[in-house]
Amino acid sequence: MTPILAATASTPAPFVAPHVEFGKLSPMLIVFGAATLSVLVEAFAPRAARYRVQVTLTLLALAAAFAAVIALHNVRTGVVAQGAVAIDKTTLFLQGTILVIAFIGTLVIAERRTEGGQDAFAAQGGSVPGSQQEREAIRAGWLTTEVYPLLLFSVGGMMLFPASNDLLTMFVALEVLSLPLYLVCGLARHRRLLSQEAALKYFLLGAFSSAFFLYGAALLYGYAGSVQLQQIAVAIHGNAHGSALLYAGVALLGMGLLFKVGAAPFHMWTPDVYQGAPTPITGFMAAATKIAAFGALVRVLDVALIGSADIWRPVIEGVAIITMVVGGVLALTQRDIKRMLAYSAILNAGYIIIALAATTTAGLAAVLFYLPVYGIAIVGAFAVVTLVRDSGGEATDLSRWAGLGKTAPVPAALLSIFLLAFAGIPFTSIFVGKFAVFQAALAGGAPQLVIVAVLASALAAFFYLRVVVVMFFSDPVPDGPTIANPSIAVKTALAVAALATIAMGVAPAALLHLSNVSAVLAR
Amino acid sequence: MSSFPYLSTAIGLPLAGVVAIAAVPKERARLARPIALITSLVTLGVTIAAAIAFKTGGPRFQLSEDYSWIPAFHIDYSLAVDGVALVLVLMTAVLVPVVILAAWHDTDAPHGVSMEQGAPAGTQRSPRTYFGLLLGLETMMIGVFAANDIFLFYVLFEALLIPGYFLIGSFGGAHRSYAAVKFLLYNLLGGLLMLAAVIGLYVITTRTIGGTFNFQTMSKAVADGSLTMPGSTEKWLFLGFFVAFAVKAPLWPFHTWLPDAASEATPGTAVLLVGVLDKIGTFGMLRFCLELFPNASHYFTPLVLVLAVISTIYGALLAIGQSDIKRLIAYTSISHFGLITLGVFALTPRGQVGATLYMVNHGLSTGALFLLAGFMISRRGSTSVGAYGGVQKVAPLLAGTFLVTGLSSLALPGLSSFVSEFLVLVGTFEKYPAAAIIGTTSIVLAALYILWLYQRTMTGPVAKSVEGFKDLNVRELSVIGPLLALIIALGFVPSLLTNYINPAINQTPAMVRITHQQPAGQSVVQNSVAQANGSGQ
Repeated sequence: MTPILAATASTPAPFVAPHVEFGKLSPMLIVFGAATLSVLVEAFAPRAARYRVQVTLTLLALAAAFAAVIALHNVRTGVVAQGAVAIDKTTLFLQGTILVIAFIGTLVIAERRTEGGQDAFAAQGGSVPGSQQEREAIRAGWLTTEVYPLLLFSVGGMMLFPASNDLLTMFVALEVLSLPLYLVCGLARHRRLLSQEAALKYFLLGAFSSAFFLYGAALLYGYAGSVQLQQIAVAIHGNAHGSALLYAGVALLGMGLLFKVGAAPFHMWTPDVYQGAPTPITGFMAAATKIAAFGALVRVLDVALIGSADIWRPVIEGVAIITMVVGGVLALTQRDIKRMLAYSAILNAGYIIIALAATTTAGLAAVLFYLPVYGIAIVGAFAVVTLVRDSGGEATDLSRWAGLGKTAPVPAALLSIFLLAFAGIPFTSIFVGKFAVFQAALAGGAPQLVIVAVLASALAAFFYLRVVVVMFFSDPVPDGPTIANPSIAVKTALAVAALATIAMGVAPAALLHLSNVSAVLAR
Repeated sequence: MSSFPYLSTAIGLPLAGVVAIAAVPKERARLARPIALITSLVTLGVTIAAAIAFKTGGPRFQLSEDYSWIPAFHIDYSLAVDGVALVLVLMTAVLVPVVILAAWHDTDAPHGVSMEQGAPAGTQRSPRTYFGLLLGLETMMIGVFAANDIFLFYVLFEALLIPGYFLIGSFGGAHRSYAAVKFLLYNLLGGLLMLAAVIGLYVITTRTIGGTFNFQTMSKAVADGSLTMPGSTEKWLFLGFFVAFAVKAPLWPFHTWLPDAASEATPGTAVLLVGVLDKIGTFGMLRFCLELFPNASHYFTPLVLVLAVISTIYGALLAIGQSDIKRLIAYTSISHFGLITLGVFALTPRGQVGATLYMVNHGLSTGALFLLAGFMISRRGSTSVGAYGGVQKVAPLLAGTFLVTGLSSLALPGLSSFVSEFLVLVGTFEKYPAAAIIGTTSIVLAALYILWLYQRTMTGPVAKSVEGFKDLNVRELSVIGPLLALIIALGFVPSLLTNYINPAINQTPAMVRITHQQPAGQSVVQNSVAQANGSGQ
């Protein structure tokens, strides 16, 4: 901080370019570069060609960034870019995961076949719902291809968020990932008012939480004299200043981060946003935002605040318990599949927080295993939801899904795989994830969390199974929803998600090994 | 100690059958039936070969196979059987082909009932799904008994629920969906508590003997005192395991899922449910609760015995009161499971040998009873006792076989259940005479519910609805024949099985300790194994 402030005040000194390790930042640079390029495409490419160019560009950028992550896997890890970014094993693991999820998510987002050449987004985001302008845009067959640059910016922010090594970079990353999401949440083609309401809610509450985060960062700066995580850790270790600033700062910072992971009592936005947002976006957001936010939370807690773990651990444990209870109980009452999955996402956030609270390497490894397997499954689950349609878009009410196992066995079977995985049935990936989490918690001496988690799992099984019961054991409704026949891209995405969910349950050794060796944070 | 992987073959064959059935084209879905039957028969052959390869005088665990599975948590794909597990694997392998043959027409369009509107027969009851699920169930059931790695045991224990759930929910009676969900939720809750206990056990092993899920390693470590845990931890872990097994077994008051599940499922599914799946509960108590948590087992024995006695009497009384044939048989099973649990927790070798024998015999006799009830129900279309009467005049074979299996179920001397029930009660009497005496009254009640059922359905004037009843056909006879032969053979020559069971029970290290009631923490006295050797035969 001080060098920057000093430079502006004193007499013009010869400018020395800061040393930036561009190679280690290349995955993020590729994504941000592609995002910028994508904005230019939006400005200059002819309307007819935009969709094709944007989708290609997005997928290529994500693949190239992933290749860059792979290429970096053996570099010396540490803090780069003048201490602003930490490129360590955990960062690379999470960045790779986010890119994979984003790639699969993009395949679903770009889908046009389920709705006769149109995608899931409003023909013209700016048009008033139900207006003449909207009808004309639809008739003209316009597509909101602005989604793709927004998506890329958001992915870039998500990659920076868990990599941020100081609180200001983290705040910037938080905003970069959130702002595009607020926008795309409001772009649903059907039920646009619901979608716009969701976007507004998300934006308002998100702005609140950002403010909390920023205030917390400021207080911690006041406490430690630096926003760098390592410096904060040193200050806590030295216990130099009064603890009031520290406690207030940790509390506010924690609220901002817990909002993003969707933990109770900061979960209120989740069901509305998940329900209102275009379903492909919901799937992407549910998976990728959670991964990024947990990455940031882990870094803040384990690097900066580990010295005061005795103070925040009971709080985090309490949050885990409340999150699991709220997610499990409220999910029981849902009739809408998207809302149900939203509460299930809250519940799963609770499980991950259990592993976080352990603050051990095993705990971090469990988080790192849980995030990708959960992300893949939730993207897959929402992708199935996009296929079940009636005249008003997707048929998300559970009663409409009756007998789907008979009329459309393949989507029903796929969704069952994902739901059974959420329920933690053995031979699915999330079962192994839960196992790792519970193991870390018990080894960390928190049996009470495991007991609550086990009871919440039993509760959760009930509502996951209710969907299976509706699909397989009840008879089809007379004018039931139609099942869209998706493009090869969505079929691939679904097949990959389902196979990964089973494969990581039957043979998790490789991913467990990877998550174990990746559980190293730059301190 | 054989190099041939008998156990993996027995586990893998039905799975290969599932794959083969999945590859059958939809138009020829009926091919699933012969594929399933042949696969299960070959599996039976392999398990018999395994039993021959198993040396009864050898070490306790044999036919071991070990492959690393998830090294991060020291989890292995590790199989091994002792005599107890082996006879249960054999029983499973016997029951599955019998069930498949009995269920031959289960997926055909229901006779005399109009098809539900709009749903073609093929999608309504797909033989591929049904027989595929049956074989999938067999894979997991054999795997559960053969698992030596506790994690492997647990995942199979839980994964079993999924084929079970779909078998009940997709192919059962009118309230099948309710029964399936109830079945799954009860068992899942029990299983999740067990998961917490399994992980807790693993965490304790990492602190004491180096992280492992290997059952033999743990059992040895518990016996030689290197795996110790605080008393309260041991009690909690015991409860985690025990509740899961008590739900599965099922023991009063965790039993209420069974009558629903067994009466709504098809008779074939009910046989596997009650005959095999529930045995995992009692097997687990014997294998895991007693051996891994000897002190806690000793502490909780009075409680468990009380629950077992209540189950015995309660199940029998409710069986007498039932008017639905399948529910009636389900309640008799609850009564029998009470007796099996009594034998397990009597903590005497005789009681435990009897309990193991009882597990097999109950599988055979209750299985046969369910199948015969299924044959009756398929003729008449009603599960109510009142719908039948005078069957023995029109279908003497059906009535005769029903009588023999019923008598076996009430433990008539000369039929298989007698030996096991006798051993259980004698074994219990040695240490807990009061429990044994109360348990004995269930034999009287058993006579009441079986004979009264027989009297109401088989004797008396021929009911109008029973007129024109066809007697057992060749397929049905070949279903019941082998079971009856086994029931009679094991009644006279129980040593066929006790030769396997006796050494297994007597070589149990923790068993030796608790039977002598050393105060916790005292040195282990491993002397009088010989005392137990007279049991059985």
